[in-house]
Amino acid sequence: MAEVAVRPTEAHRLAGERPVTPEVVREHNLSESEYARIREVLGRTPTLTELGIFSALWSEHCSYKHSKPVLRTFPTTGPQVVQGPGENAGVLRLPDGWAVAFKIESHNHPSAVEPYQGAATGVGGILRDVFTMGARPVAMLNSLRFGPLDSPRNRYLFAGVVRGVGDYGNCVGIPTLGGEVAFAPGYSGNPLVNAMCVGLLRETDLIRARAHGVGNVLLCVGSATGRDGIHGASFASEELSEQSEARRPQVQVGDPFAGKLLMEASLELVSSGLIVAIQDMGAAGLTSSSAEMAARGGVGVEIDTGLVPTRESGMTPYEILLSESQERMLVVAAPDRIDEIQRVCKKWELSAATIGHVTDDGIYRVRHHGLVVAAIPGRPLVDDCPVYHPESREAEIAKHRRDAGPSAPPAVGVAEALERLLDTPTLASKRWVYEQYDSTVRAATVLGPGGDAGVFHVPGTGFGLAVTVDCNARLVALDPYEGGKACVAEAARNVACTGAVPLGITDCLNFGNPEKPDVFFQFTEACRGIADACRAFDTPVTGGNVSFYNESPRGAIDPTPVIGMVGLLHDVTARVPSHFAATGDRIVLLGRTTGQLGGSMYWSEIREFFGGRPPAVDLAAERALQRLLAQAASERVLRSAHDCSDGGLATALAEAAIGGPYAGAGLGVSIDLARYADGIPPEALLYAEDGARAVISCAPELVERVLALAAEHGVPAAAVGEVGAAAGPLEIRLGARAFRWSVADLRRTYFEAIPRRMRTPEVERAETEHLTGN
Amino acid sequence: MTLRAAVVRFPGSNCDEDALRACARVGMDACYVWHRDTGLGGADVVILPGGFSYGDYLRAGAIARFSPIMRAVQRHAAAGGPTLGVCNGFQILCEAHLLPGALARNERLTFVSKPVDVLVERTDTIFTSAYQPGQRIRIPVAHGEGRFTADAETLRMLEAEGRVVLRYVPSGSETGLPNPNGSAGDIAGVSNAAGNVLGIMPHPERAADPILGTADGAAFFESLAAWSPGVKAGR
Repeated sequence: MAEVAVRPTEAHRLAGERPVTPEVVREHNLSESEYARIREVLGRTPTLTELGIFSALWSEHCSYKHSKPVLRTFPTTGPQVVQGPGENAGVLRLPDGWAVAFKIESHNHPSAVEPYQGAATGVGGILRDVFTMGARPVAMLNSLRFGPLDSPRNRYLFAGVVRGVGDYGNCVGIPTLGGEVAFAPGYSGNPLVNAMCVGLLRETDLIRARAHGVGNVLLCVGSATGRDGIHGASFASEELSEQSEARRPQVQVGDPFAGKLLMEASLELVSSGLIVAIQDMGAAGLTSSSAEMAARGGVGVEIDTGLVPTRESGMTPYEILLSESQERMLVVAAPDRIDEIQRVCKKWELSAATIGHVTDDGIYRVRHHGLVVAAIPGRPLVDDCPVYHPESREAEIAKHRRDAGPSAPPAVGVAEALERLLDTPTLASKRWVYEQYDSTVRAATVLGPGGDAGVFHVPGTGFGLAVTVDCNARLVALDPYEGGKACVAEAARNVACTGAVPLGITDCLNFGNPEKPDVFFQFTEACRGIADACRAFDTPVTGGNVSFYNESPRGAIDPTPVIGMVGLLHDVTARVPSHFAATGDRIVLLGRTTGQLGGSMYWSEIREFFGGRPPAVDLAAERALQRLLAQAASERVLRSAHDCSDGGLATALAEAAIGGPYAGAGLGVSIDLARYADGIPPEALLYAEDGARAVISCAPELVERVLALAAEHGVPAAAVGEVGAAAGPLEIRLGARAFRWSVADLRRTYFEAIPRRMRTPEVERAETEHLTGN
Repeated sequence: MTLRAAVVRFPGSNCDEDALRACARVGMDACYVWHRDTGLGGADVVILPGGFSYGDYLRAGAIARFSPIMRAVQRHAAAGGPTLGVCNGFQILCEAHLLPGALARNERLTFVSKPVDVLVERTDTIFTSAYQPGQRIRIPVAHGEGRFTADAETLRMLEAEGRVVLRYVPSGSETGLPNPNGSAGDIAGVSNAAGNVLGIMPHPERAADPILGTADGAAFFESLAAWSPGVKAGR
């Protein structure tokens, strides 16, 4: 490398490089005050390369400049926490020396313009975040939002995203154990694609992404760097517009096979002790990975972009630094390990190129074939991005909406409403989706998709983990604080229904433009709700992702804070399925129904009214229910347990009766709610969405034990009837009134709701567009 | 005597660990062999696991057949050694001409992951001897290219020679989870003429541990573990 004498913070403009003008600064999404701060940090005008580096690291996506102060209010500690926020993934302690690493991340904007690659690379990115902790990925989940399926564009996006998620995870060989998909008009121009990965490691194998050891080398491992995805982090930090389609070439292209090889090579490098640190080149590529590793380690780094393997010649340092080409890792290691590292990489058919080294001067320095093109004090580069405290004010319209009620009469009667609800894509079975995802590879799946939470066995042990992702954006839109609590509560109920104890969460906070006071109000209030619920449940926040600027020309999305939760099932054989299991079993309702219909699916689907005040979340009652479910499971007194949420009690009963996706037929139900109802009108009793409730079943001789356990935990419980014969009716008596449905009909409606909407040409287009691989 | 099983790892194999565990569970001495290896380390039984060897770019299994290890697999199979290919392993065996036919893209074009019901049509094979004749078992499939296809003459021959070892419950059946991919003759698994090479699309290794709630696939591995190398592998 040619030695060029420079002062530590001097950098050169390359021949032909555009000068940095106010217009160029604006193009980089930097405000005037941010640019002034950059000049202050440098003590001079930045080069174009430096401006690019700052714009990536100071983008919302990388800097969390609007969310940091709010995120600091989350509870992040607990005896189970091995690694909290700030690393590539959070890590929680498990029995027998095991630990679980998990994280959720969004890939919304790329998926809006290129659904297949956007979703696929979202999966690839989150996988890398987990295996860079030294954990082997063992489960995937995803949370998706689209506009209504009556629009061809939305069907195309939905089909393309599902295929993209599936093709990546299937090829790498990670089972998808759960997820959620919801449809609402607010997502039409801005779908949401959130992917969560869960990995297992021995706690002693944990590796953190901190560069240290002056003189250690930096290696670029994996795919060569191309011109794809340049400024992806900035793209993720602006609103979608009519011009966004032009961003399509900026969307990264995934190669799951390379991702699989990179995963195996990285895990081998970690377990062999050959490396000091490893980090994914994700958002903002080489720039963020190298700058963040240096800042965490309190050292400087020097890299030469001329040494980075590229896909095409003539790439500028600016392009090489900001490329988001997929399947690349940055590794720090002692110089005497280079040969061994290259041997491991070669075994997995990957290249490993030395591109720089760790320095002691704290400067983030980039050379291009020897010439210094960027020299930035490292700590300020990562930490000195201005932090904003935007105005927070609830929109008047939101207050009015909460205080209003429906004016339209019900579209259908109380009984028919259930069929209508089960035909709603948001509530209906997602079998059409999860049959495209491998859910059994790794041979550890105990409860697959289609129930309350996925459960997998940790091989070689007696325990398992329950995993789920949940968000009810309707409730958050109407009351952000209660809605935030409700999202955590629902995730915890889902985990608890399987018999597991909730351990901790990761969150993906999808909101609109935070510079708008009403959006920032939603954000702060939802986070306050999440924080309160996590404190009440002892489920610390171990990390996550904030995705702002989810806006299309039609406005902001509904606030969508997705909660990914992990729970521990001490004895995996004690897991409890969601669906009724045997004729003659007793059905017990846990929790109290108040009959408040505010914010319910019933109001929005049957009375064409989206509004009202959702029921307040009683965190103590939720906690009691969680504990009861875990104890009842460990005593093996439950035959099934199903969370009662969207669509209310009638929906929960119907889902439990309909049976699992591969049951031949459902089971009948015969219950009497006259005493339980306590004067609540039928539609409120059946469709209100109070929290802290579950529908369980048990063998007849165990019902007394179940009721006694409920009393011990202070959970209201009512034995209301029993499971009927196969293919029998669902019958709910309410004093003089009785409602009766054919379970076979409900089953057909529930499983056909999405497929019947998807048998259309644009779905075929999405399905044939990327016919590669298996 | 403890049988030695070799699980071949190609770049992109992802059911290798599952196959190894299933073998170990029935007491076999199971180990991996790398695709660049040229020998099988004295293995009695060879398993080509599922996955996406070489990303399944070009065509599933099309590149893996050229891996150095495949020469050793060819020799092992030619000598009558038990050779089981599951999913991608089945695709590789077809590409390598150790089995007839090919596996084309599923009828409905999308990847399909679900349990299916299959009938064990032959129990006089080294892979299925622990099943009852005609036994119906439920095990998972997970593939995008699993539709077995062959010319009419080959299909007639396979049926006439009784080489359809596993068959999906036919589409349109009143009960059960039928043919998921449009395979000709509902074929889920076929053997070579000698009977020592078997390819199947469903994944018995994913249903081999009772802790998962189903162990319908375990008998594949029990059958193999019960085989004695002294006995000719074919039927």
